[in-house]
Amino acid sequence: MESTRRSFYSAVIAGLGALMTAALAAPAAAYLLFKPRSQKQSDYVPVADLSQIAVGKPEEVVFRRTRVDGWRVVNEKSTAWVVRKDDQHVVAFTPQCTHLGCAYHWDDKENNFLCPCHTSTFSIDGKVLSGPAPRPLDRYVTKIDQGKILIGSEILRA
Amino acid sequence: MKTLRSVIDWLEDRTGVESAINHFLYEDVPASAGWHQVLGSVAMFAFLTQVFTGILLALNYAPTPGEAYDSLRYIVTELTAGQMIRGLHHWGASLMIIVVVLHMGQVFLWGAYKKPREATWMVGAVLLLVTLAYGLTGYLLPWDNRAYWGTVVTTQIAALPPVAGPYVLRLLGSDGGSIGAVTFARFYAAHVLLLPPLTMLLIAIHVFLVRRHGVTPIETDLLVPKKKFYPEQVFKDTVATFIWFAILVTMAIAVRVPLGHVADPTDTSYIPRPEWYFLFLFQMLKAFQGPLELVGAVILPTLAIVALFLAPFIDRGKAVRLRERTGAIALVVLAVLGWSALTARAIATTPPSTESADAGLAQVEAWQELPPDQLAAIGFFRKDNCGNCHALGKSGAGPDLTRAVSQRPADWLLQHFKQPAPNVSTQLKGSELRGLANFVTKRGDLAVKAWSGAPQAAVEGAMIYQANQCGACHKLNAVGMTTGPPLNGVADHHNREWLEGHFADPQKFSPGSTMPAYKLSSRDLDRLTSYIMEIPK
Repeated sequence: MESTRRSFYSAVIAGLGALMTAALAAPAAAYLLFKPRSQKQSDYVPVADLSQIAVGKPEEVVFRRTRVDGWRVVNEKSTAWVVRKDDQHVVAFTPQCTHLGCAYHWDDKENNFLCPCHTSTFSIDGKVLSGPAPRPLDRYVTKIDQGKILIGSEILRA
Repeated sequence: MKTLRSVIDWLEDRTGVESAINHFLYEDVPASAGWHQVLGSVAMFAFLTQVFTGILLALNYAPTPGEAYDSLRYIVTELTAGQMIRGLHHWGASLMIIVVVLHMGQVFLWGAYKKPREATWMVGAVLLLVTLAYGLTGYLLPWDNRAYWGTVVTTQIAALPPVAGPYVLRLLGSDGGSIGAVTFARFYAAHVLLLPPLTMLLIAIHVFLVRRHGVTPIETDLLVPKKKFYPEQVFKDTVATFIWFAILVTMAIAVRVPLGHVADPTDTSYIPRPEWYFLFLFQMLKAFQGPLELVGAVILPTLAIVALFLAPFIDRGKAVRLRERTGAIALVVLAVLGWSALTARAIATTPPSTESADAGLAQVEAWQELPPDQLAAIGFFRKDNCGNCHALGKSGAGPDLTRAVSQRPADWLLQHFKQPAPNVSTQLKGSELRGLANFVTKRGDLAVKAWSGAPQAAVEGAMIYQANQCGACHKLNAVGMTTGPPLNGVADHHNREWLEGHFADPQKFSPGSTMPAYKLSSRDLDRLTSYIMEIPK
């Protein structure tokens, strides 16, 4: 009799304890691990006239964009490497190397993108030519509207 | 199973952790121990829950004025379960105060503070004060109007004591009585850096003393063998904790924690009030006016705290059985009655807040963010039934204007608006025609969202706003000049009566104003006032 009661007590203690722990842990996990539902969407921003960019020659463009940073909306300077493929198509690479995030640049002599940190090189269409970079250069979504190149906030990863 | 045992054995050998836990669990408790002694454990659990939810909040919180509000708003509107975590912390604070007070009441009624347990009681009394200090310092951290104005009152009370007052004020970072970045930093640091380690230390001492002297026995306990703490008393503690926790979770889910507008030191209409457990003090202060204020605000509360602290030395009688403690029961009943009466009176006599408790959580509709010229243009569009041919969101006789902006030249549009079809003419006038032409060629996505859903009263308000050229002096939703004050969030400072009176006679309401008087029809006045009052900050 006494031992039944003891095991009942122990079971209730463990059960309620586990229940309370789970009730705290579940919202905590959702709170920390789920993506915030952002109410503010960043728009496309014009960065250059299409006519300013020569076909086949990467150009570093500097533009200001509004970015949602947690509870802040920051207006900041941003850059992209824009490559014009033909009359209607452009690609805008994000300015960080896909290896460890260093800023890379276009090397006119070698005709490729060179990252100075660990000498990763990328072709004009962003593919890795050499070095430790794990994937091609990341791209911004772009569109062309009335002769202007617009860059969106979404980043496409190969 | 065998491996687990060997791991535990190893841990026990190197650290002694198993025997320490056993020592804690198999502590002797008197046979009379039971349900009335569960509250201490519940209070401890309440504290741990506050630590847990507090850390979670801190992970997404920027402790500076202004940004604190934005980050809290981010937590409750954009993060999954953010509302829940804040609810657990907010209601957990209130429920913790209830449990701590009930725990003290039980100890008091059972006379458990008597020799040799005076020190345990005194540490407990300090813990009560620490719990209240969390409430006071945490109240400021949302940085909304409620937080700001409540703390203004708190610091003013702290400034009352002669000689010490200004120094206390300086210590609170509120030199000269104003509340700003320094006050905020002091309150935040106290809330998260100073009080938690102090609480843990005091709880450790408190529990040590409880263990040292044992749970208070009653006379009959001397004749019967003692029980062990585990499992029977632990079971009762756990069940009580669970009931407390279930109430907390229910409240966190069902009762929304208020968040008003961001703190505005220039707001003259906000009526500050403290958290519910301090309302009795707030009400009591009303009875002590002028030089007596010091008595009500400082001297009486201090005396009460000293009396509470020294209770074991004031009451030196031997009686511990509940039946013999009529004096103690009478005192508790009196305290509960007095507290309830003052609290009820405070609630009854405080006018309702001018600001909705959820003002900061309100979803802003697209039309509330749209510049007035565009909202008015929506009105022109509606006024002459343009929607008959230009159905919004579907194709009709004319193109769907929500799909793309019009590419027509301005003179074509102006002509089209005057005479949209053969034998059809409209009533639109010069500035209205231009406004509409501007709108259909330049409108953004926000306007599309607002187009069909904007309430007609607000649209009419915007048309009156445009017709009277309010934008020539005032800025509203980022459009207009800045000769006059910006109008966003004007409802936070002025009520309807003030605004309506102000239109008719600006100088009477704000002396020195250069605004001309506007003679509007009562319907126009009503529409314009409603419209302006609904545009948030």
